[in-house]
Amino acid sequence: MSLNSFWFVIIAVLWIGYFILEGFDFGVGILLPVVAKNQAERRAVLTTLGPLWDGNEVWLLVAGGATFAAFPEWYATLFSGFYLPLFLILLSLIVRGVAFEYRSKYGSDKWRSRWDLAITIASFLPALLWGVAFANIVRGVPLTKEPAGYIQYSGGFWNLLNPYALLGGLTTLALFVSHGAFFLALKTDGEIRIRANKLGQRVGLVTALLAVLFLGWTLLGLTSKGGVIAGSVVVVVAWLTALAANAKGREGYAFLFSAIATAAVVITLFTGLYPNVMPNLTAGGPGLNIFNASSTHYTLGVMTWVAVVMTPIVLLYQGWSYWVFRKRINPNQISTPEVGVLDTVH
Amino acid sequence: MSALDLARWQFGITTVYHFIFVPITIGSGFLVAGLQTAWYRTNKDKYLRATKFFGKLFLINFAIGVVTGIVQEFQFGMNWSSYSRFVGDIFGAPLAMEGLLAFFLESTFLGMWIFGWDRLPKKFHLASIWLAATGTLLSAYFILAANAFMQHPVGYVLNGTRGRAELTSIFKVLGNSTAVAAFFHTIPSAFLTAGALFAAVGAWMLFHNKDAEVAKPALKIGLITVLISFVLVAVSGDTTARLMTTQQPMKMAAAEAVYNTKTNVPFSLLTIGTLNGSKSVFQIGLPSVLSFMATGNVNGTVEGVNNLEKSYEQKYGPGNYTPNIPFAYWSFRLMIGFGALAALISFLALLFIRQGRFPRKRWFVRSMIVLPFLPILANSFGWIFTESARQPWVVFGLFKTSAGVSPGVSAASVLFTMVVFTLLYGVLAVIEFGLILRTIKVGPEKTKEVDANSQTLTMAY
Repeated sequence: MSLNSFWFVIIAVLWIGYFILEGFDFGVGILLPVVAKNQAERRAVLTTLGPLWDGNEVWLLVAGGATFAAFPEWYATLFSGFYLPLFLILLSLIVRGVAFEYRSKYGSDKWRSRWDLAITIASFLPALLWGVAFANIVRGVPLTKEPAGYIQYSGGFWNLLNPYALLGGLTTLALFVSHGAFFLALKTDGEIRIRANKLGQRVGLVTALLAVLFLGWTLLGLTSKGGVIAGSVVVVVAWLTALAANAKGREGYAFLFSAIATAAVVITLFTGLYPNVMPNLTAGGPGLNIFNASSTHYTLGVMTWVAVVMTPIVLLYQGWSYWVFRKRINPNQISTPEVGVLDTVH
Repeated sequence: MSALDLARWQFGITTVYHFIFVPITIGSGFLVAGLQTAWYRTNKDKYLRATKFFGKLFLINFAIGVVTGIVQEFQFGMNWSSYSRFVGDIFGAPLAMEGLLAFFLESTFLGMWIFGWDRLPKKFHLASIWLAATGTLLSAYFILAANAFMQHPVGYVLNGTRGRAELTSIFKVLGNSTAVAAFFHTIPSAFLTAGALFAAVGAWMLFHNKDAEVAKPALKIGLITVLISFVLVAVSGDTTARLMTTQQPMKMAAAEAVYNTKTNVPFSLLTIGTLNGSKSVFQIGLPSVLSFMATGNVNGTVEGVNNLEKSYEQKYGPGNYTPNIPFAYWSFRLMIGFGALAALISFLALLFIRQGRFPRKRWFVRSMIVLPFLPILANSFGWIFTESARQPWVVFGLFKTSAGVSPGVSAASVLFTMVVFTLLYGVLAVIEFGLILRTIKVGPEKTKEVDANSQTLTMAY
């Protein structure tokens, strides 16, 4: 395998990590107003994410950094092209992170409900927009070759909101919501667990429908269909397994298989894309692929060493942190849920 | 305004804002780790209270630092795509390494530290804050190495056909003399900032009779941290100035408003120039000090702006290679001035509190409250200076800022995002500042007896 292909795989792996991990974060954030009925429950729900969300988000930063390092043309064209959606994602991530850390500083209902609303909206937007962005990449976007030699996005903002991309957005949205519900069912106890289980089942069925439509539509647009068909089959089988496990109350398996299905979605889309990284909407037009978008062989080699050494270490300690916080959280474990840390002067 | 000007403003606003929080995070992360180590070693309750109390301040600050940092990584591609194409082969590598080596470490172990009080053995819990703090240090190194390439490009070759710079040695890029000097300048500045914050909090608490057991060491440790850090900042600043003289002579000339090449150059305390900034009319200075700062020799020659401009025009073609001189001159002075003032105040304050005394005077506590704002200003002006006095280059001698902006992004888009970021950052600053003040007012919490069988969580969102 050439280094260019290897780095295509690494980028896919980073997005898999990101969507599995921050995917359930987004789902939990979106479900917050539905799944938790009182302050203790809301705090229990958010505490399941407490020690994990920041580390989960780093997968995005590394995916961005790795794309910059390995495929600078892709990074430059994608980020300047998908300007407004990325801006909305950035705003969401800023607000969400701060909201997690600040919402329990005061007990006031107004203070908390505002931050909670912020968490829900700021989880909803990226969950939708990442799907829109990826669907557009796979579908192809209007690209022009400039006189200076580089390839630039020339489609504007509204072009990104085409029906196929919106379907992709709804698919990731539903996927992350159910993935988040499975996570909550696994990590909480009491009423939340029961509600999350039910919600996971309902949204999970919607996800199945959306995913079949989305992957089917994806297939229509491709010339070599083999890999995508195989990937889609894995997605569907893993997803149905997750739903079956959830129906039987086997929460660990439900979460595991929804994670596998999420990974399979990313793999399927990347398989459909390969060896392109940003194809042109018009067949035969200029596009970016793993060769014309890439860094030099030397840079790819350096980064390969770094990735090969560091990724297992990161997986090890991040995995360990998941193990440390493996216990279920019950709302009754939160003493004085109504009180904020800064309410009383000592 | 053009998309270029707006993109520069956006970068300036978001970066300066981000860097208000970064030094506090780096410095106070280590100070909190030190406090927890003291608790671990001595088992004294006051150190536990101090750890938790300053830990709270650290985390309020950390949250904003993290989320505003994400913007930085996206911004290169969004607003500066031509720059990203030109340097990506080199610049992307330290950024990716920063993520893999630093961000994962810092975020994972900080999560363990915040939520792990009752989940981890004491020793592991202590290790987690040290690892998180180490992560912030690594992160600083990688991003400074990336920035050093913009100041002093090394380890690359130009590829004319691809129109970009390409990496030839990662070791040269990571071992860039400018990066090493900048690291040893930035990290002590971070400690200086955090030390000033600790001192201010300690003084305020003592003045208001709050938990003296926590406040006293905070004040003293804070002031000592400021002084030690200042010495290191000055030494590395001196190295940085000499590197700058050889690597970016125009920046040094601009910093000092030296218009014409000369020897025995004084360090200017005040310069008034002509309106077009081409020569100085009136100067007060310390004899030969600049020559010494720049070259290590009182008789050293410092090249002047006008001479450099001519030689650059010959080397790089017609154009304007002079940065905004008054801007460079004043930001350089404000950096040094605010830093030195913080050190001076800390030195005097240490005299006032010697042998366990505490001057219960309004002027004393007020000057202590002002203290942390001084290094924050110094840090900001330092970056404003080093980035603006490199202009018109974004990568010195290789690539101009004007060529780096995203060609496909309209001025309206940049303006829109800039306005929204600025408004959001403004709101967050107000909230953050309010929370910091409130946390200080609330003070250290009395430690509770922990029942080993209790299921109650010690930390919940």
